Amino acid sequence: MGCGRTRLPDAGAVRRSDPYGDDLQLLLYVLYELHYRGFAGVDERLEWDPALLGVRAAAEDVFLDALRRDCGSGGKDVAEAVDALQLEPVGDDGHSVSHHLQREGELWQLREYAAVRSLYHLKEADPHLWVVPRLRGRAKAAMVAVEFDEFGAGRAENVHAQLFADLMTDLGLDARYGRYLDAAPAQALAVVNMMSLFGLHRRLRGALVGHFATVEITSPPGSRRLARALRRAGAGPAARRFYDEHVEADAVHEQVVRHEVIGGLLEDEPELAVDVVLGIEVTGHLEDLLGDHLLAAWREDRSALRTPLAQP
Amino acid sequence: MAARNEAPRRVVVNREGPILVEGPVEVVGDDGTTTRSDRFVVAICTCRRSRTYPWCDTSHRRRKPAGPSESRPDGRQPQEGEEDPRS
Repeated sequence: MGCGRTRLPDAGAVRRSDPYGDDLQLLLYVLYELHYRGFAGVDERLEWDPALLGVRAAAEDVFLDALRRDCGSGGKDVAEAVDALQLEPVGDDGHSVSHHLQREGELWQLREYAAVRSLYHLKEADPHLWVVPRLRGRAKAAMVAVEFDEFGAGRAENVHAQLFADLMTDLGLDARYGRYLDAAPAQALAVVNMMSLFGLHRRLRGALVGHFATVEITSPPGSRRLARALRRAGAGPAARRFYDEHVEADAVHEQVVRHEVIGGLLEDEPELAVDVVLGIEVTGHLEDLLGDHLLAAWREDRSALRTPLAQP
Repeated sequence: MAARNEAPRRVVVNREGPILVEGPVEVVGDDGTTTRSDRFVVAICTCRRSRTYPWCDTSHRRRKPAGPSESRPDGRQPQEGEEDPRS
């Protein structure tokens, strides 16, 4: 990719690839990463290289078409979709990673979970910032307020990505950015690629807001379970702090995102309701695929990663 | 305490959720203990179910029963400190 000698996949090959498979997800992840922190030794101008953007567009079409086909209801009832997120199942429904980890998670599974989640949490809230110039008024003010909190409210040591790096160090993981990209399964890449896709395209701003609301609304109960799982497994204080912080912070963010960000956006652009619902549905769908992958491996007592972690 | 020439502090009340107060906030409990949060908005629990009281931890949410195929493998009901929000 660095010097133009590598032949890019043609659009036909991209269209024939599995929308959830390793090839397409890694292709998207690598191309999106050029917009975040890039890669050592890779020309920074490739971020806006027309040939790469063409390949990316073809891959995005494959991914988005599959998402619309597999989980897009076409519904427009945002209140109903958000209410459904706030209904907490009593006990374990058999598909919840946080319930599993709370009840019987072993330390090696918590370490794998953190490695997989590091793809997002080390860039936590970054993809969502791209929506800000596309919002106005209430939605914009509220979105920025929540993002300010995500970025530590002016204190570098409280940036959520830093809290996650501290958690990784506590668990004996390598907290360097991008360290576990090669080890992560395609299902984990897909979750982050969805955020980049929604964040980078203005036309998907409604989906980005729906996705963000889903994350904030589902986070507190899940974080409470993960904090408990870490306590039970004997993890250190930094590991527990990340999820403790997310119980309290996201209980606030949930209210602000629901009433001000979604409410403000739909006041300005009511026709985006269908996209907000799409963002909610896609997030649930991709999280389910990732959760099923992790639990299937762990129930057979094997690693869910492409390459197992070294012992701490 | 906000200076008199500032805009009034906004408090948002909601029948089914926490009270939202613009931060920073200090909450004094009936036992005299003070808890402080510097967040831009603070969600104060009103249902008294929160395990991080006085702050909301979303324990006020309604619950949906697990379906027949979704019951706990050991058949137990959620125990205190597990999933019962009223614990």
